[in-house]
Amino acid sequence: MKEKLIAIIAEYLGKDASEIEADATFEDLGLDSLDIAELVMQIEDELSVTIELNAELNNIDKLVEYIENQG
Amino acid sequence: MSFRILGTGSALPATTVSNEDLTKFLDTSDEWIRTRTGITERHVMNDEESLLTLATAACQNALEMAQTAPEEIELIVCTTLAGDYTSPALSCLIAKELGLSDRVITMDTNMGCCGFEYGLQIAHAYFASGMISKKAIVVSAEGLSRHADWTDRATCCLFGDASGAVVLEAAPDRKVDFDWTVSGNADILNITRHADNSPWNSYDGKGVLHMNGQEVFKFAVSSINARICAVLEKNGLAPDDIAKFFLHQANIRIINSAIHKMGVAPEKFPHNIERLGNTSSATIPVLLDETVRAGGIQRGDKIVLCAFGAGLASIACLLEY
Repeated sequence: MKEKLIAIIAEYLGKDASEIEADATFEDLGLDSLDIAELVMQIEDELSVTIELNAELNNIDKLVEYIENQG
Repeated sequence: MSFRILGTGSALPATTVSNEDLTKFLDTSDEWIRTRTGITERHVMNDEESLLTLATAACQNALEMAQTAPEEIELIVCTTLAGDYTSPALSCLIAKELGLSDRVITMDTNMGCCGFEYGLQIAHAYFASGMISKKAIVVSAEGLSRHADWTDRATCCLFGDASGAVVLEAAPDRKVDFDWTVSGNADILNITRHADNSPWNSYDGKGVLHMNGQEVFKFAVSSINARICAVLEKNGLAPDDIAKFFLHQANIRIINSAIHKMGVAPEKFPHNIERLGNTSSATIPVLLDETVRAGGIQRGDKIVLCAFGAGLASIACLLEY
């Protein structure tokens, strides 16, 4: 799951997956609120999940935990 | 009976407000606004202007292009979040200013940013029923500067004021079709009502716009794709058959994301949000007028108009220009 999310975000940013830290905030990765919304839509499509955005979901680790808790 | 667009018109307030102007009273910057919205300036009404003056000018431009006399108009639908008065309807006042017949059918409708397409749908129903048989006007007139929260830097920079209009003529063989949805959600995008002076309630809210930008973004991008695909599929058409797609101008990031999702050439999506911001239901008729006057579409072209907004509502309209 984490690798998949890192791959999606790396592709969006045009970076190598090794450059993406899962505990870095989205803001530190250079993503603004609409980038996050666009990425979440892509993640929802690819993983068949529904993600309700909130300020707490601010890095990859927290997003992974949120999706896994959805069951 | 169906219809065709005979003429288009638009009108903008004289005052232009740049992003730099906003920095004088908001903690923001030109770079922040441009990168997140694509907007560099917007027009706002001053004391000498009103929705009535803007809408009248837009209609007069459309009537002139359509070479139509005011007395030929049988129906005028005005789409607006709120007219100059709560009552009477703005359409009644526009009808008088234009010199329309006192038997003209007038109505205002508020479907937020989807208003213009719902207005076309109402006109379509009047033509189809035979209640009108010649010509109609659909005019969108919006004063978002009256509804924006000018203390909220995240949203107020998005909006502007404008009016756009079309003159429609009955046409038996023209393709017109719609696809739409509504969910009844007021949480992620709304304009609250103003406090009143009723002795029996204590509501003291301000009539300003509230928006969850991320959720609106998700709704907008998915809706554009879904509505356009649906209206094309219903009519056995593909994106290649469409000359231009006119999307509601809410944010250049929404437009770009939708284009990417649809995989259609960006050249087919005219935009003017850079100069005008989001003017709610007026964005599409103004953009249509600018495109027509620049020769961007030709008679016989199939076009799609697609809007999304408060409701939450979304609608696509397939037309043969």
